[in-house]
Amino acid sequence: MPDTRSTTLTFVLNDPPFESARSTTALRLIDAAVKQGFHVNVFAYEGAVALPFAKQAAHANAIHGHDVAEEHHPLPKDWIAAILDEAERRGLRVDWVNCGLCVDERGVGESIPRTRRGSPADLWKFVQASVNTLIIPTR
Amino acid sequence: MSTKHLVILDTAYRANLEEQDDPVLWLTHSLRRAGADLDLLLRGNAVNYGVKTQDASGLVFGDCPQSQPPRIARDVRALADEGVRVFYVDEDARERGIARDELIDEVEPVSNRAVSRLFESYTGIWQW
Repeated sequence: MPDTRSTTLTFVLNDPPFESARSTTALRLIDAAVKQGFHVNVFAYEGAVALPFAKQAAHANAIHGHDVAEEHHPLPKDWIAAILDEAERRGLRVDWVNCGLCVDERGVGESIPRTRRGSPADLWKFVQASVNTLIIPTR
Repeated sequence: MSTKHLVILDTAYRANLEEQDDPVLWLTHSLRRAGADLDLLLRGNAVNYGVKTQDASGLVFGDCPQSQPPRIARDVRALADEGVRVFYVDEDARERGIARDELIDEVEPVSNRAVSRLFESYTGIWQW
């Protein structure tokens, strides 16, 4: 198996969806890393485990005067799926791990395909197998 | 007894891309439609919400573009159209280099010194 350490980045995400721009910024960085040819590991911790939650649902918005289709409400699970698709097209790996305990306490176990449950031990493996690690903590 | 509240917003650009608007503006608009008597004071970074030329479009993940970006100045204007007076702290705009002609017509300047007098016009103040 080839050593991909020099072309792998690890991101640690902390914030839940729909609460702050930090998670969106993190996903933009991950998207950019993939488009620059990097493999990416993601360790989602605390509220960030809800980012790929499969039951997120778009809604209409009466204040905007939009029905569901017109509103095209952003869903982080779809953004993550788009990043995973992009990586596959480029032959790259995005390994998204949700902290299992964080998932259980929030009841968000139904995550989209191609993401998985893990533990801090996975984060340590990620760090050792990456050229660098970026932590985007909650505030 | 009639009540009139002043909504103060100074935490700007929180979750706007994710919610396609500012959640406080949205809630204010929704409450207004439900009959609430509210005005809005933009202060701190939120004075930027009146800037006409904001453009948050262009978000793309993979090959999936986000088609509906937040349009904050439009939302502020829509609040004014519903009868909500929208104030902004003049000094906060000036120190950020925002000139009056860069703001939508619907927002009204109020000086820092006049804010406390403004408060006296309301039965409640909601600081977000």
